[in-house]
Amino acid sequence: MLRWIVWRDLMLAWRRRADMLSTVFFFVIVVSLFPFGIGPETELLRKIAPGVVWVAALLASMLSLSRMFANDYQDGTLEQLLLTPQPLYLVVLGKTLAHWIIAEVPLVLIAPLVGAQFDLSNETLALLFVSLLVGTPVLSLIGSVGAALTLGLRGGGVLISILVLPLYIPALIFGAGAVEASIMGLSPAPHLYLLGAFAIVSAIFSPWAAAAGLRISLE
Amino acid sequence: MRGDRRLFSELDFAVSPGTLVQLTGPNGSGKTSLLRILCGLLAPAEGEVKWQGANIRSLGEEYFTSVTYLGHRHGVKDELSAVENLRISNALNGIEVSKQRARAVLEQMGLAGRELLPARLLSEGQRRRVALARLLVCDTTLWLLDEVMTSLDKGAVALVRSLIENHLANGGIAFVATHQELGLPDTLTRRLELTT
Repeated sequence: MLRWIVWRDLMLAWRRRADMLSTVFFFVIVVSLFPFGIGPETELLRKIAPGVVWVAALLASMLSLSRMFANDYQDGTLEQLLLTPQPLYLVVLGKTLAHWIIAEVPLVLIAPLVGAQFDLSNETLALLFVSLLVGTPVLSLIGSVGAALTLGLRGGGVLISILVLPLYIPALIFGAGAVEASIMGLSPAPHLYLLGAFAIVSAIFSPWAAAAGLRISLE
Repeated sequence: MRGDRRLFSELDFAVSPGTLVQLTGPNGSGKTSLLRILCGLLAPAEGEVKWQGANIRSLGEEYFTSVTYLGHRHGVKDELSAVENLRISNALNGIEVSKQRARAVLEQMGLAGRELLPARLLSEGQRRRVALARLLVCDTTLWLLDEVMTSLDKGAVALVRSLIENHLANGGIAFVATHQELGLPDTLTRRLELTT
């Protein structure tokens, strides 16, 4: 059942590739603005790189969050999903997984490339990749709660950011912290473990909260 | 209750297998709300809905194996073709439909030759037919159909009528909110008129 939901959402995303690409372009452009703005001060660039890339990833995922349930809501397929004989928890988990693959994985893959503008070592770039890989599921999971709660509201996009961005802060601290630690020659492992733990906790609670949010939004 | 307004109260009825309940009433009298309460999307402010003696709230997902709800929003994805729409919506309900079967069903719904077009290229009535094709595949007992006749031509209305007739003959129950006469025998039909 889960695989049908994921497959369905991936197919829909493929038919609307432009939406997916706009998120990636946004991420690339925001990250690239900093080296242009700051100039060739490699020391400073290296220092801010982890934070900049992570913040850009958070903002880029904001762009796609409002679409997570909104399209299905408008054409009535969300109602039908709520009426399928399977736990709504699984439906939401499937849609969140699809969102991660569609909106976050491209960012994770391209991050080492855009990170290269900040004069980072190969090792640091690899760690940037790993920290985003571990941390981005958190963005989709917590984001799903915000998307479910703001469904059908006018100006929902802004409201999602206000609701969700503060909840992203732990992921930002540990994700960027892991990369910073490696730049300073320390072990990034503690940060990554905490980030992983945060991802697991949100995987358990977010779908449940988002399911409750959807039920309320569709009443 | 919708907002502060009480739509209906003291509504008490039981429906036995093989019955069609035709819901009528002016716009805004609560036909859609009643259907959404019956399928469990909306919680009633007071009272309860029972299915085979058990409250549908306690039945949870199990109840949904017996119900098909078609709302006035089609539930048809614009980006997907008719075949894909039909196969995916059924797969999510636990029914695997082969491509050949999906094509056969859509042909029966009068969509021959248009099965592979993205649904956004179809007309309103054709999209409605794609949504209705689900009724041919599902094996649920309770059908809740909300204004499904709108934008259908005469042929399609006759098709829906025969679908409902078949369903009732097989011991199914159908709730239909519509102002059109379905023309089914009075012995099978119960009318429920809501007032504002």
